[in-house]
Amino acid sequence: MTTQLKALPASAAALPARKNWGYTALAIFFLAVMLFPVYWMVNASLQPNGTTLETSWLPLKPDFTGYATAINEQGGNLVTSLVISLGSVALSLAIAAPAAYALAYFKVRGAGLVLFAILISQMIPGIVVANALYTAYNDLGLLNSIPGLILADSAHGIPFAILIIRAFMNGMPASVIEAARVDGAGHIRAFWSIVLPLSRNSLITAGLFTFLFAWSDFLFALTLTTTEAVRPVTLGIFQYIGAYVNDWSSVMATAVLASVPAIVLLVAAQKYIAAGTTGGAVK
Amino acid sequence: MSLTTDVSQAAAGTAAGKGSRKHGRGSGSAMQVPRRRPRHRRERIFQWLFLVPAVVYMALFFGYPVAKNVVMSFQDYTTATFFTGEAPWVGLANYVTVLSSSLFSTSLLNTALFTVGSILGQFVIGLALAVFFRRKFPLNGILRSLLLLPWLLPLIVSSAVWRWILDKDSGALNRFLGDLGIIDTGIPWLTSTSLALIAVVGVNIWIGIPFNLTILYGGLQEIPDELYEAGSLDGATGWRAFWHITWPMLRPVVSVVLVLGVVYTLKVLDIILGLTNGGPANSTQTIATQSYALSFHEFKFGEGAALGNVLVIISLVFAVLYLRASRRAVDE
Repeated sequence: MTTQLKALPASAAALPARKNWGYTALAIFFLAVMLFPVYWMVNASLQPNGTTLETSWLPLKPDFTGYATAINEQGGNLVTSLVISLGSVALSLAIAAPAAYALAYFKVRGAGLVLFAILISQMIPGIVVANALYTAYNDLGLLNSIPGLILADSAHGIPFAILIIRAFMNGMPASVIEAARVDGAGHIRAFWSIVLPLSRNSLITAGLFTFLFAWSDFLFALTLTTTEAVRPVTLGIFQYIGAYVNDWSSVMATAVLASVPAIVLLVAAQKYIAAGTTGGAVK
Repeated sequence: MSLTTDVSQAAAGTAAGKGSRKHGRGSGSAMQVPRRRPRHRRERIFQWLFLVPAVVYMALFFGYPVAKNVVMSFQDYTTATFFTGEAPWVGLANYVTVLSSSLFSTSLLNTALFTVGSILGQFVIGLALAVFFRRKFPLNGILRSLLLLPWLLPLIVSSAVWRWILDKDSGALNRFLGDLGIIDTGIPWLTSTSLALIAVVGVNIWIGIPFNLTILYGGLQEIPDELYEAGSLDGATGWRAFWHITWPMLRPVVSVVLVLGVVYTLKVLDIILGLTNGGPANSTQTIATQSYALSFHEFKFGEGAALGNVLVIISLVFAVLYLRASRRAVDE
């Protein structure tokens, strides 16, 4: 982008860094409005059960029966989601990291085409993929199976992982790999013992997001399962709210539990998100 | 959640642009290889092996579904097909059925309203917040990153939470409005045919604000302060500075954000299924949700595929715009 050429932050000192707590207060107000639904989710999850009781504005007497019900009814689904998400992370990184390396370092013919395909894949509506996968999965016996969902859910993560890891590897000094190759290291060894360790931050970033994508997946869970045998938690929540809800505290408790990965990512992965996006610029 | 991919692409674009200095060096080393022919060929095969798993995956999980969907859309593909294995060719019959149904015009209009309403709201609020966060104040960074939360939550979680907030009888919104004395009886946000679409758009705006804020903030950060200093000497401050400096400088980022937003909003399914399931009386039915209903509720996979393809074509129009907007950012 043309703007980047002029992006050198030469004069950060132009604006005096006065402590402007008024703006901070305003920002906290915006944040409070935006995060009210998240507060409400936590608040409602701590209310005692009951159809007629109105949720009070504050959880003054926190009640954990919602969580007991949630773990009792959705605990297995949470484990299913966890297994699928971890599987998707492993598969996505195993496929994306070598591809990103090839795209960043080798001038293979067709590399541009692969990147183009990755970008185009983002336009394809999930329902189109699900529609065709359902019939194929039915023939292959992959419906209602964890491997089936791992494969399908990785469709959310693999294109993203390739792009983010490639962007990072683009910024890595080529001389490091060339030096290793001169020392007689084969491609696989150079990749395994030099490129991957150096790309650690981008791998973590890609892995965290891939986890979150698979964890959040609803479409494939909805379309590629027909029985209760394999049921991710997103589908469990959907079934809660599909019928008339008379126990919101357990629904909200399940929602809180299903939000844990997102919250952890937001708090713990800040550094990796920054590493992933600025990694290419450091060099 | 797929929205997250946008940032990666924008980020990938940014990093690729900055990392492009490497290209010169890389091609230099590649030049030496062709001298040794046999080694060169083996080398090339080796290099391709790194890419093969990704190519196979993309072909199976994106290429195959698109091709299969095109084939299915010309077939009478129903539950019976799964037992008999037969899906008779029906020509354009699925398209005729789908496009001439009265529901199609409803879904098309809803899709348009949902997309335009969502994008407009997300963009305006996102831009306003991005401009606001450009100011320097304590805790700016941490507050801005906490704003990302709505965007990282699973969409079905957000749908469930908003279902409860928008509940007619005991939802938080109606109680809040009631406490303020604005309303006497609960507003049926999700159960009235005239309000449901507005409510769904509102929720989708809430989900999309963080994405718009993040990308637009990134774009604003790249505008050099000198421009504003020079502008202020010429009397361009406040709104004038925004119109004459910020907006023109931000335009490339704006086009990427808007086109990506449209492409992603067109295919939204989770939020609508979670909030209203397309109801009441189809008032929130979009092309995506209708395609889902045709395939997975009525088991008319051929018709579902046909409608899905209509959605693909609409997306492709915007995809062309998207590629034009991001071509420079991504590679070469």
